[in-house]
Amino acid sequence: LASLTGLPAFANQTEEAIAALTGGAEIGEGVITIDAPEIAENGNTVPISVDAPGAAQVTLYADGNPLPAVATFTFGPLSASRSASTRIRLAGTQNVIAIAKMEDGTFQKAQANVKVTIGGCGG
Amino acid sequence: MATGVKPRVKVPKSAAAGDTITIKTLISHKMESGQRKDDDGNVIPRSIINRFTADFNGQNVIDVTLEPAISTNPYFQFEAVVPESGEFTFTWYDDDGDVYETTKKISVS
Repeated sequence: LASLTGLPAFANQTEEAIAALTGGAEIGEGVITIDAPEIAENGNTVPISVDAPGAAQVTLYADGNPLPAVATFTFGPLSASRSASTRIRLAGTQNVIAIAKMEDGTFQKAQANVKVTIGGCGG
Repeated sequence: MATGVKPRVKVPKSAAAGDTITIKTLISHKMESGQRKDDDGNVIPRSIINRFTADFNGQNVIDVTLEPAISTNPYFQFEAVVPESGEFTFTWYDDDGDVYETTKKISVS
């Protein structure tokens, strides 16, 4: 019956991590954007960009990885735009989720699904 | 422990005051995730760079916490404002306690 949920194996872990970050506060959508390829041939190095105007901090999660946390960006006073790009590992097809803590203390979310041809967690 | 770690950064040589500049950084590091197993089935212990910071004349631009999901040879691109001439300091913190630092000067007119 577990298959009825249809969630990736580690999705609950991600939800818990996000709840711990936000303290259960409501999360808005539409302010920040995440840029990821629709299909990644190699899960070892997937380019991800996040653009979060007005954010003080952005945390990235990958809900199908054994450990969902990916990275946290904290923007300092000389940060020009609240945006950053990096390259990440994805174990398989899954969602990459960005949670931004805005300067006013509220939270915003953006999500992108990435189809991975070859997983990137070794094994 | 970590060998052959070489930071590389790309910063414009000059800019106008208050301009937004794009910075790219790359550091060669294997970023062993702690998830992989060797031929005998033993887990290879985690060994990653866990923090990266960029500062300009002592003021912070960006401070990144890295988890094992960051790819081999961690790459970051971001934007900074430069109010005056000075020096960027880029610092990477390794799990093994090593700290790698590199600096870049920029002249602002």
